[in-house]
Amino acid sequence: MQFMFYLLALVALLSAAMVVFSRSPISSVIHLVVCFLAIAGHYILLNAQFLAVVQIIVYTGAIMVLFLFVIMLLNLNTTNEPHKSMLTKVSALIAGGLLFLVLLASFRGANDIVAAHPYDAKIGLVKSLGMVLFREYLLPFEISSVLFISAMVGAVLLGKRDTVKKS
Amino acid sequence: MEGFQLGYKIFFMFIILVVTLLVAMYATYAERKVAAFMQDRRGPNRAGPFGLLQPLADGIKMFMKEEIIPSSAQKALFILGPSIAMTTALLTGVVIPWGGEFTFGGQTFSLQIADLNIGILFVFAMVSIGVYGIMLGGWASNNKYALLGSIRAASQMISYELAMGMSIIALILATGSLSLKDIVEQQHGWHWNVISQPLGFLIFLICAFAETNRSPFDLPECETELIGGFHTEYSGMKLGFYLFAEYINMFISSAVIATLYFGGYQMPFLHHLPLSPDLLTLLGTLFFFLKIFVLIFFFMWIRWTLPRFRYDQLMKLGWTRLVPLSILNIVLTGGFIYLKDLL
Repeated sequence: MQFMFYLLALVALLSAAMVVFSRSPISSVIHLVVCFLAIAGHYILLNAQFLAVVQIIVYTGAIMVLFLFVIMLLNLNTTNEPHKSMLTKVSALIAGGLLFLVLLASFRGANDIVAAHPYDAKIGLVKSLGMVLFREYLLPFEISSVLFISAMVGAVLLGKRDTVKKS
Repeated sequence: MEGFQLGYKIFFMFIILVVTLLVAMYATYAERKVAAFMQDRRGPNRAGPFGLLQPLADGIKMFMKEEIIPSSAQKALFILGPSIAMTTALLTGVVIPWGGEFTFGGQTFSLQIADLNIGILFVFAMVSIGVYGIMLGGWASNNKYALLGSIRAASQMISYELAMGMSIIALILATGSLSLKDIVEQQHGWHWNVISQPLGFLIFLICAFAETNRSPFDLPECETELIGGFHTEYSGMKLGFYLFAEYINMFISSAVIATLYFGGYQMPFLHHLPLSPDLLTLLGTLFFFLKIFVLIFFFMWIRWTLPRFRYDQLMKLGWTRLVPLSILNIVLTGGFIYLKDLL
């Protein structure tokens, strides 16, 4: 178990680093897919099978395919990558460093936090997840689905605007 | 004891792999024979009696051919494409219950590799990863026809995954379980889901045709417009992997359809026969394969009967017909379950 954890962590971290460092957008996307699969493996180690499969279906199977789709259609390559100025690079470095500091500070105190509920090995299974979602958190769950619908309607409207103007 | 069960699982996994490959191999032969029958021809009949050695000859031919990787292609991705297509096609067989249980030497052995409590979602996850095989292969070929084919494949599969998922939601509402084993166990006797979920079955079947890129939805490799579609630049065994993955997908999706809607290894009246449990398990598996073969024949029948869709028709069917129909199916199923609880 421990060996699996370290192996998956290594794969996740290496592929995440490769997402940032690789030159071509396609290889970035593929490394991100590998990273997501490694994280799904972590969920399985925690006995959260539902979460793992949803991670694969939603992130790896849907969102990343759309990323790849857009990159293929626009034919983004290293050659036509826009060159960024020095100012952008420095400001990005400072912003990223600050975010890293905040994360580090928040994780420093993480060991002192006591869990509100005792650990339950069945917490990630689809049955217990459904019970929690549809009993304790029904209202937030429904509201978030309304949010998704409004986002979808907005996206359709934005996509349709051009054709309406022409006609 | 633990180690013994693990050994059995590995052995059984190997058997499933061999059976899957064998069925896929002879599906290519069956496809040509069915096509010949429908077009009033004889079909392959040179290699061996009735041409039975034809798949073997084809396999040897594929292996002996020169492997060509175009100089302008992305080599790593070009090899990765068919590998992903083949791997994901084979992985889906892990969660399918191929039969009941049989006892040997005081131990029970299940004819299913892994009974995940999210089995049906695992099938979906593998299908959604399978898109990468076609997309990456098509893009890495650096050929405009291959690129067009892979973009078509990706958008087609994403569009039809939606309706497929929603037809499954109605089925899960009715059965109350995500485990494929539970779904099969509930369909004993004549309680086949195809009777209680006819609309969902129809939607799932159409989407299964689209997901496996079979005719009439085989636009990603539409010869008249795109030469060979996403595998235009492929040759040798890499092409063989793509073609073979299609037949494995057809076999596996027939198995999934039989599991979800036709009672899997359950057969009406079988349990009334005075036979030992082990023999019943064996008969159940035989009937399961019989159902799968009938469905595979149906896949081929459709291919040689219906002409190909136009691309806009395909998208229109997916988004404006199947998706609303599957939502209606969910509402109907939910309403029916509510009424049944009320009475």
